[in-house]
Amino acid sequence: MNEREVETGVVKSGDPIIEIHGMHKWYGDFHVLSDINLEVQPREKIVICGPSGSGKSTLIRCINRLEEHQRGQIIVNGTELTNDIKNIEKVRAEVGMVFQHFNLFPHLTILENLTLGPIWVRKKSKKEAEATAMMYLEKVDIAEQAKKFPGQLSGGQQQRVAIARSLCMYPEVMLFDEPTSALDPEMIKEVLDVMIGLAEEGMTMLVVTHEMGFAKSVADRVMFMDDGEIVEQNRPDLFFDNPQHERTKLFLSQIL
Amino acid sequence: MTELAAVRREQLKPPVVDIGVIGWLHKNLFNTWYNSILTVCMVVVLGLLLPPLFKWAFVDSVWYSSAEACHDIDGACWSVIPHNIRFIIFGFFPEGQEWRPALAMFLLLALVVYSRKRSRWQSSLGCLWAVSLTVMGILMYGGIFGMPVVETSQWSGLPLTLMLSFFGMVAAYPLGIMLAIGRRSRMPAIKSLCIVYIEMIRGVPLISLLFMSSIMFPLFLPEGISINKVLRAQVAIILFTAAYIAEVVRGGLQAMPRGQYEAAESLGLTYNQTLRLIILPQALKIVIPPTVGILLSAFKDTSLVVIIALYDVLKTTKVTLSNPKWTGCSTEAYIFLALLYFVFCYAMSSYSRRLEKELDTSY
Repeated sequence: MNEREVETGVVKSGDPIIEIHGMHKWYGDFHVLSDINLEVQPREKIVICGPSGSGKSTLIRCINRLEEHQRGQIIVNGTELTNDIKNIEKVRAEVGMVFQHFNLFPHLTILENLTLGPIWVRKKSKKEAEATAMMYLEKVDIAEQAKKFPGQLSGGQQQRVAIARSLCMYPEVMLFDEPTSALDPEMIKEVLDVMIGLAEEGMTMLVVTHEMGFAKSVADRVMFMDDGEIVEQNRPDLFFDNPQHERTKLFLSQIL
Repeated sequence: MTELAAVRREQLKPPVVDIGVIGWLHKNLFNTWYNSILTVCMVVVLGLLLPPLFKWAFVDSVWYSSAEACHDIDGACWSVIPHNIRFIIFGFFPEGQEWRPALAMFLLLALVVYSRKRSRWQSSLGCLWAVSLTVMGILMYGGIFGMPVVETSQWSGLPLTLMLSFFGMVAAYPLGIMLAIGRRSRMPAIKSLCIVYIEMIRGVPLISLLFMSSIMFPLFLPEGISINKVLRAQVAIILFTAAYIAEVVRGGLQAMPRGQYEAAESLGLTYNQTLRLIILPQALKIVIPPTVGILLSAFKDTSLVVIIALYDVLKTTKVTLSNPKWTGCSTEAYIFLALLYFVFCYAMSSYSRRLEKELDTSY
């Protein structure tokens, strides 16, 4: 294995925004994540891929403590994740999360979905929160739907609202957990376009996805996980053209 | 796309047998041969039953006659109601003071009707309620403004029924929600306390709770201290209803997808905010139908307070009928009472249906 190539694939600049050291996680007896070490630099875009059950979703869910890790260390923007609920809430406010099934709040309008976090967590005034919300709705090209309820929107529109909802919190990092997996094919593009725009603006992003086109064009680093381990990570061109591991090769041959 | 399609394709009308009165009859009453037979049978049965009933209730009936006049007629003797309406409604409330409970009930009902619109649910409405409840209390008890004191033992009839059921529902609902949340708590002490409470209350009939509150409970109190009997019954009703509400609400909480918690938490909302802003509004909406069922039975179950010698509106009616003059008119009196209960229950359930529709955002 070519150590140098792996090394050059990783952007190195200043202090990492996310640091994970020797992290393990178990579901009961099942060892779902094993010895995860990861440093994410500000503005870095990482795409995480791997077969289902490889622990990739669990990994990013550990970063905002939707899942608890049992051993090792996770530090997000200088705050270590422990059982201290105040720290957890602080990290969650700084880390945006986009889910596979959107998870919009169906009883609130689109606008209320977006202003909820800023008003209750950031203690913004309603007016200020609504101005921010409209700005981001404009940005994801859905402003005319502000007064509607999530149930009235298509899947692609809902996912764009979900992205805007996270952005309203002015997050330092955005986590995407298979954001296009639940969408009809014709709606995937509109969501990916929003994500590409976000990447171009320099958002730090961790994206679990099977969209290899997105990985090739946007990612600074592609990470392959299998069986709870980070098997291989590299620059996208090197990752796709010259995978090092047998398991990576097998996986790529199956999806490409 | 759709505009183009509309231009290209001619819109056909549905077949005549599917629309209008004929369509409705065909679809609902005569859609199969056995449904057609059932329909014909029902028409015959109704034709046999309804005319005599109508004759009894409206044609041969008397409305304002004396009790004696009732013995000579075949129809209904509705006179029992106007003759005894004062006692049925107000029971043992002192003569000449009936305006006080009447005004209190009017205030209560007016305020309930006013509160029906969700746009009015603001803090000012809460203040209005607080003031009005105080006024109602003063009206009922008296003691100031030259109103003689009326002890709670004299509170009876419809005001008592409305009071027991209103406070029963209003206090049991939040208590039930707290119990439901407590039962799902991760803290074992709180969780087991809630489980024990809920299962104990649900394992016991309301009558025995009322007995306990009225007979056993005072035995445990130190000499000389007594807690008002109406209040004790009220507390028993609240505790009883809350346990049932708790389980229904817990069902609603159970139905909430995990993703809603995760989405709220990933925004940085605290657990309390998540419950209050995201989970409860949705969960409580889901369980509106069973909740209303419980509130309705709580309303009707207040009539069980007769067992501890409180005179609710059902008991005052029975007392009226025990007067030999009116003994024969029990059917009429109970029909009146049934209508009275029905009006309240139907209002509640149709309001709940409207609320459900208003809160429906699923489209």
